[in-house]
Amino acid sequence: MPKKTPVKFAGNDNAAPVSIQSGASIATWWWLSHKGTTTSFLCISLFALLIRSAVSMYPYSGAGTPPKFGDFEARRHWMEITTNLPSIDCLPELHPWIFLRMFNPESVSLLSSCGHESYLGKFLMRWTVLSSDALIFFPVAFSFVLVYHKTRTGSSKSEVAWHIAIFLLNPCLILIDHGHFQYNCISLGHTVGVIAAVLYENEILTCVLFSLALSHKQATFGIPFSVVLYGKSPILAVLKLGVAVIVTFVIVWWPYLHSLDDFLMVLSRLAPFERGIYKDYVANFWCTTSIFIKWKKLFTTLSLKSLSLAATVLASLPSMIQQILANFQM
Amino acid sequence: MDRRGSGDRQLLLWFFAVATAVKLLLIPSYRSTDFEVHRNWLAITHSLPLSKWYFDETSPWTLDYPPFFAYFERFLSVFAGLVDTRIVDLQSGLDYSAESVIYFQRISVIVSDLCLLFGLYRLTRNLEPIKRNLICALVIWSPGLLIVDHIHFQYNGFLLGWLLLSISFLQDGRDLLGGFLFAVLLCFKHLFAVAAPVYFVYLLRHYCWSGLATGFRRLVTIGAVVVAVFAVAYGPFIYHGQIQQVIKRMFPFGRGLCHAYWAPNFWVFYIILDKGLAFLLRKLGFDIQIPFASFTGGLVGESSPFAVFPQITPLTTFAMVLLAITPCLLKAWQKPQPGVVARWIAYAYTCGFLFGWHVHEKASLHFTIPLAIVAVQSLEDAKHYFLVSIVSCYSLFPLLYEPQEYPIKVLLLLLHSMVMWLGFAAQHGDEKALKKKKTGDIKSKFGIGCFEKSYLMGLVIVETVSQFLHPYFLGDKFAFMPLMLISTYCAVGIMYSWIWQLRRILT
Repeated sequence: MPKKTPVKFAGNDNAAPVSIQSGASIATWWWLSHKGTTTSFLCISLFALLIRSAVSMYPYSGAGTPPKFGDFEARRHWMEITTNLPSIDCLPELHPWIFLRMFNPESVSLLSSCGHESYLGKFLMRWTVLSSDALIFFPVAFSFVLVYHKTRTGSSKSEVAWHIAIFLLNPCLILIDHGHFQYNCISLGHTVGVIAAVLYENEILTCVLFSLALSHKQATFGIPFSVVLYGKSPILAVLKLGVAVIVTFVIVWWPYLHSLDDFLMVLSRLAPFERGIYKDYVANFWCTTSIFIKWKKLFTTLSLKSLSLAATVLASLPSMIQQILANFQM
Repeated sequence: MDRRGSGDRQLLLWFFAVATAVKLLLIPSYRSTDFEVHRNWLAITHSLPLSKWYFDETSPWTLDYPPFFAYFERFLSVFAGLVDTRIVDLQSGLDYSAESVIYFQRISVIVSDLCLLFGLYRLTRNLEPIKRNLICALVIWSPGLLIVDHIHFQYNGFLLGWLLLSISFLQDGRDLLGGFLFAVLLCFKHLFAVAAPVYFVYLLRHYCWSGLATGFRRLVTIGAVVVAVFAVAYGPFIYHGQIQQVIKRMFPFGRGLCHAYWAPNFWVFYIILDKGLAFLLRKLGFDIQIPFASFTGGLVGESSPFAVFPQITPLTTFAMVLLAITPCLLKAWQKPQPGVVARWIAYAYTCGFLFGWHVHEKASLHFTIPLAIVAVQSLEDAKHYFLVSIVSCYSLFPLLYEPQEYPIKVLLLLLHSMVMWLGFAAQHGDEKALKKKKTGDIKSKFGIGCFEKSYLMGLVIVETVSQFLHPYFLGDKFAFMPLMLISTYCAVGIMYSWIWQLRRILT
């Protein structure tokens, strides 16, 4: 006769394994990382791509705000000129314009596509960022995490998985690249690649990646790297590295090396000093102290350029010296 | 026990938080007409008196759910009115698509998913951690629920929460409450009535079958409870003499056997066989009339949409569903065990999906969610769930046909498959190796058979053909082909699941 007392759920009671690690959150997610690093990476990548695809549905910067629009229109416009004009004064990004040229040519047709906003155009532009992220940033992040944890004993699988998740689920990168619209994942991917290459102790790769990163997006963190490599090896090795850097730069900058004018024109576009020492609301020293010291009123642009260069070098000096000393001690 | 309790609750909240983050990101995605349907119901219940709810025809999206859902919409409309009065305006709110209404409705679905969370909490609180984690991951992160509820737009999470709550009480042996909650659910959405025979037989046998006096008393109690629930729901409409209109709205049999996109059920094969036979017989010289009626249109007098096979009426489908559920009912009658109830209910909904009249592919959620509870019970259940979950999620793909949602639905399915695989592998993994924190690959008993693997690979081929090859090579010709291909292929998987579940129940 069936009883009325509460019955405990009668399922297959094979004892499940006890949680691997004590401690709150890691124990909860152990089953996601128990199959090894590659599987965790795949799982986290799928989730990261899902988040990126979802964020891509939101409006991009400058959507529906003529005539200036925003970063999205800036990139679209660059593709318009790189695909249509013979001699160009910006660094072309090859893969985005292939996509757009093939699938939605009217979004990159010269002059008539100014301010072009369409469902398909937006979708394709978003796809270019997504593919760059997946093809460049993700693998590099993975290889960095792998080499980083190889040098550390006692990293559990869960910790490696957390590290990958921190890389791939960084909200800043997702919001700026896939929401606002930019291609930071490419230059940041190269930067992470540089650090990974340093850990792998592959110096030529370090130089090549560092040059590529610099050529994609001007980065001021070039200074520490030059110093890392400076004291590292004897003269011949330094020459080797120098050659690697020069060759990479020449290959990337080839179209603009034919005349000094072209080269200088590119440089001046890359470093628009006339925009001023700080942008409206950036969280840095110049903008914050401008509340008390009106930099733009007290100094000329030229002197501010030198001032900020000096300040940057001075601030980096301690870590640069420490790097050189460490290299000499090795 | 207290610490474990709070740890459980924390875990559930974490799962829910992750899901909510994804759901919030899905707010600007494609919305189907169901969005406007629910907005219209907000307007009807807010602006009109009760006596006009089931009569209003300002919009083609008339109220066709039972009264409790109407009350629920009335409750929501209070907040909707506060957010933006135009949402609940009958005339000016038609096809309203401002940000206010989108955010309001989307967030109402997300908040109503708390019902699902509570149902899951109750259901899993006595299970061991790995099973609890798995069930929560399978249900809270179900790709089908995300696609149907948070993109296409419906309130299935809320309704399934009631179902899970009812099952949890049955499993605890508290049959009266379980029955009561099921009756409430029926007054929210009558489609859940497919499992009513199972509930009836189970409650009769388990609750009421204990001696003449007690049994009779219990029978009367549970009967009274059910009648009371229905009275609260339908009472006002009976009072106004509108019950016929309500029933007419709830059961629109003017629709055809199949939806415009055929749900992957038994009738797909029936139709294809009919068409195939007709074609063959015509070639052989027989005179087969091309039918005037279509499968998706209504019943037009005497004419049948079938050329060769006998006509199917709603009564036929009703009889077939009942016939399919019968083995399960016999088992429930013989041995009413609380631990197996979820399995029977899932089976009942599978039968309803396979043989029902005008079934939507979204109805596959009704059996995949209860099956998740069953999936952690054994290795065989896990393997079966892996297959049926992927197939039913894939069958929902045609609901989202815009390019923007394409990567999202594919990634949701891939992620779900991966989470399932990892979860089941961990549950059935080599215990000693896991305890020793082995760094290498840990062997697991969970593995997919050759046959199942090739079927799943076939899904990839079907997707490639229907999404890429067909548009590229054939363009607009035979536009029905891709959908038919998806329907048929998925129907094979669901039929297999039905047979597997039947065998499992009988043995």
